[in-house]
Amino acid sequence: MPAVSKGDGMRGLAVFISDIRNCKSKEAEIKRINKELANIRSKFKGDKALDGYSKKKYVCKLLFIFLLGHDIDFGHMEAVNLLSSNKYTEKQIGYLFISVLVNSNSELIRLINNAIKNDLSSRNPTFMCLALHCIANVGSREMAEAFASEIPRILVAGDTMDSVKQSAALCLLRLYKTSPDLVLMGEWTSRVVHLLNDQHMGVVTAAISLITCLSQKNPDEFKTCVSLAVSRLSRIVSSASTDLQDYTYYFVPAPWLSCKLLRLLQCYPPPEDGAVKGRLVECLETILNKAQEPPKSKKVQHSNAKNAILFEAISLIIHYDSEPNLLVRACNQLGQFLQHRETNLRYLALESMCTLASSEFSHEAVKTHIETVINALKTERDVSVRQRAADLLYAMCDRSNAKQIVAEMLSYLETADYSIREEMVLKVAILAEKYAVDYSWYVDTILNLIRIAGDYVSEEVWYRVIQIVINRDDVQGYAAKTVFEALQAPACHENMVKVGGYILGEFGNLIAGDPRSSPLVQFNLLHSKFHLCSVPTRALLLSAYIKFINLFPETKATIQEVLRCDSQIRNSDVELQQRAVEYLKLSSIASTDVLATVLEEMPPFPERESSILAKLKKKKGPGAVSVPDLEDGKREGGELNGGGERGPDSAAMSASNASTPSPSADLLGMRSAAPMSAAPTSAGSLLVDVFSEAGPAAPSAAVNDDGFLRDLEPPTETSGLSSELQTPVDSPFNASSRRFVCKNNGVLFENQLLQIGIKSEYRQNLGRMYLFYGNKTSVQFASFTTTVSCPGELQSHILSILRATKPVEPVVEGGAQIQQVLNIECLTDFSEAPLLNIKFRYGGALQNLSLKLPVTINKFFQPTEMTSHDFFQRWKQLSQPQQEAQKIFKANHSMDTEVLKAKLLGLGTALLDDVDPNPENYVCAGVIQTKGQQVGCLLRLEPNGQAQMYRLTLRCSKDSVSLRLCELLAQQF
Amino acid sequence: MIKAILIFNNHGKPRLSKFYEHYNEDTEQQIIRETFHLVSKRDENVCNFLEGGMLIGGSDYRLIYRHYATLYFVFCVDSSESELGILDLIQVFVETLDKCFENVCELDLIFHVDKVHNILAEMVMGGMVLETNMNEIITQVDSQNKMEKSETFIFQSTRQDR
Repeated sequence: MPAVSKGDGMRGLAVFISDIRNCKSKEAEIKRINKELANIRSKFKGDKALDGYSKKKYVCKLLFIFLLGHDIDFGHMEAVNLLSSNKYTEKQIGYLFISVLVNSNSELIRLINNAIKNDLSSRNPTFMCLALHCIANVGSREMAEAFASEIPRILVAGDTMDSVKQSAALCLLRLYKTSPDLVLMGEWTSRVVHLLNDQHMGVVTAAISLITCLSQKNPDEFKTCVSLAVSRLSRIVSSASTDLQDYTYYFVPAPWLSCKLLRLLQCYPPPEDGAVKGRLVECLETILNKAQEPPKSKKVQHSNAKNAILFEAISLIIHYDSEPNLLVRACNQLGQFLQHRETNLRYLALESMCTLASSEFSHEAVKTHIETVINALKTERDVSVRQRAADLLYAMCDRSNAKQIVAEMLSYLETADYSIREEMVLKVAILAEKYAVDYSWYVDTILNLIRIAGDYVSEEVWYRVIQIVINRDDVQGYAAKTVFEALQAPACHENMVKVGGYILGEFGNLIAGDPRSSPLVQFNLLHSKFHLCSVPTRALLLSAYIKFINLFPETKATIQEVLRCDSQIRNSDVELQQRAVEYLKLSSIASTDVLATVLEEMPPFPERESSILAKLKKKKGPGAVSVPDLEDGKREGGELNGGGERGPDSAAMSASNASTPSPSADLLGMRSAAPMSAAPTSAGSLLVDVFSEAGPAAPSAAVNDDGFLRDLEPPTETSGLSSELQTPVDSPFNASSRRFVCKNNGVLFENQLLQIGIKSEYRQNLGRMYLFYGNKTSVQFASFTTTVSCPGELQSHILSILRATKPVEPVVEGGAQIQQVLNIECLTDFSEAPLLNIKFRYGGALQNLSLKLPVTINKFFQPTEMTSHDFFQRWKQLSQPQQEAQKIFKANHSMDTEVLKAKLLGLGTALLDDVDPNPENYVCAGVIQTKGQQVGCLLRLEPNGQAQMYRLTLRCSKDSVSLRLCELLAQQF
Repeated sequence: MIKAILIFNNHGKPRLSKFYEHYNEDTEQQIIRETFHLVSKRDENVCNFLEGGMLIGGSDYRLIYRHYATLYFVFCVDSSESELGILDLIQVFVETLDKCFENVCELDLIFHVDKVHNILAEMVMGGMVLETNMNEIITQVDSQNKMEKSETFIFQSTRQDR
């Protein structure tokens, strides 16, 4: 006899449902429902008290209406009333309504709780189960407060029926999940763990979910469950158990429970007790063996159940990651499944192999299946399986197979499902970067990526290729050539235009020698794409154009004409118009020096986590990308990230053009370039009046905070400091003063609170320095004091230094700026720099910082003009070995003529034309004025463009000056 | 943990929806539609697992489903559940329904929503599996039916029903 006979339902309900089903249109259905709702509402509101049966019928109708997707905003009270009925059917339907329709913050909870309390204490197991179900379904905090202490009691009481125990276990689990603070296991812990030994398999099934969850949260308190779980598992697996009851499913003993036991064990490390461990390993081996046995039934359920256990066993083996034997067996087993005819098994095998790939024992074994996996990627009919195959390829990728895998993924991308393209693009980009042996391969791969799947290449990906090209000078020429070629395609993706614009704007000069890619050809190529692009891309292209003017003066007229045309200079888009106007102006009024400085090549990006990796993590959750991360340790991954050869110093130095209106604007939005963007903007607001020249403003001192800034003990007196400072002064401090060797104005320091600007002027042996202290916060700085000290010998060298004309005010209001003037007199030549110590209180905390003032010996230069003849005569006179200092070094910055000239002029010497027979070389002359003496200096700088090297030679009438100048200057080019 | 159990027919009409996490009604309906959209466009013989839709939590969740004649049975689960295990569970659920309704069909689910909920409640509670043994489940359902019969028999005979 069927358990539910079909005729004995509620007739009214059946009629209503039939009516709905006969409705021909949505409108008719809604009409019928509204009619029924009105009917029920009037019945509930009516004077006549409804009997239980009617209430039940109406509540059932409401449930049906709710299922059809209509809001039910009444009937809750009637449902709650049904809870207190003595009839099972009415109580049951009341509970059903509540578990489906009442959410955890209903006002009715208190009433419901009352009914539940009654049922829990009723000792009627059916009623108790209904009540427990309701708690588990609603699971509100109020319910937890009311019942959290009661339910463990029911769970472990000796006289509780098995079915109630099962419900109590899961009910407790639900409460623990919603309000862990209210469920105190303490005294119950051991009795709950021992439920694993319960006679009744159903109780174990329910209890194991509870124990697993509790173990995850409090592994120590529950660790006794490990041995119990192992012995239970062992009894099931070996079928030695006589208590299997009816839990054998299609010839597999208790598959669900076995899976859950294996899951529970995955909360713990391998058992320490040898006997337990031995028994477990035996179990795992038995499971692996059974998987190989011929099936006991042809039904899919049989193999499903068997394999469910197998996959959990493999997960546990992977989790332990300590039994090489089992790992390799697992891998082989999965390998067989890769070609199984059941799609489900292929799917799961690919998924499990992903985790196996990260184990050092099985990584190689997984790699042997590469062909099968690639084949799966190409031929699987099911996108979710193909996706797993792509994941596995990503996970098994290492240096040995990266090229093959990346190539396969790229070719798959051409036909890949839209839903997974973006993720595939990220993965390809990451693998290409991580395992790039040569960077031309990397550049090719990314450009292919843009070509094949341009729409799915997110900003992070093309930003990243630009970061890498900028940071690696060995790939710049190749990159320029490749993008130039890629742009030849009649239709290329906008992302390609972006990358092309950026790279040619920076490195177009590297391929300009070839007449096929002469400056004008490059420009015309870029500009032919201009009109098809969106506003942001056009903005980037405009920046590339202005960079062209700097790189290739011969394109100036053409580009100016483009900028001048109405469609640019009167463009309705503000950003484009502004760029056009500003660039046009810049190109026509700025001198070549200024232009060269403003448009200098982008400085290297500070190295940090790849933005793409971060994106993939965000997309997939941290677990998903952990595999290649893991390999970082084992293999020497991340080799592209080693911008190491340049080091942070050079990054800080070349930051001097951070505020140029270069395409940086487009990249600055992203995290990777963040430190550079911060300073110039704020510099603008605070220090705008300081700079007389519009040129290269404010380098950001924030680039390397701890580089410039050091919290020192408050200096007691100059004498005490000197020794302490000797060491730090030379390395990190240098960076800031280095930047000021060739210029006199700028931002000396900036952090979150304070910005210090400098403006200085020198005449003869005297100098005056204006310091501007800007409070960037909205809170005042109290007890603001500054002291200038000259460590060690310096005191006698530089001297009267810095008697401040007047002390600074002790209070700097929020947002305000105060000024301090220092007078400097050079007594004799020196090599150290004076220190500026600043102390103030910000919100109660004492801030203390020491900075090196950018006073260098070259500031006291007087330029000397002389003829070629005079120069070489003087040169010969200074022929003693100590008088000459020479250095040969690699170029750190652009070797552009104009840039070099600007720097040499900034040095303070006279730049002599037509002196050196080789026009490529630069010679300068000047006299350093100190109080006691004048030191004549001659300088010769010989660039070698091909080798990107310089030779710098200095001859001075005083040897210490030669050395010092040589040291200072070698860092500038 | 099981986040939701959905049954809908080939046209996407929901026949049962049980959420073990709270959503508002609108979202629930959207999840059903989204899930139907994801599952129904799949061929027969492809695998029975796929990543969850955006509304249900995206790739952290799996949809595990079986298609029987006119009905889709879909379980949305998190990563703590065994896929094949859930597949077996669906099978147990369907076999149980079949026993209880004697050759279950879509109409049975329509006219006996409350019964289907009861049967499901004997298997899954608060998103966790309570019982996997079909005989246990049927015993429980039987005893409830007996109680119900004894109660309804007394009342029903004289009623004007509408």
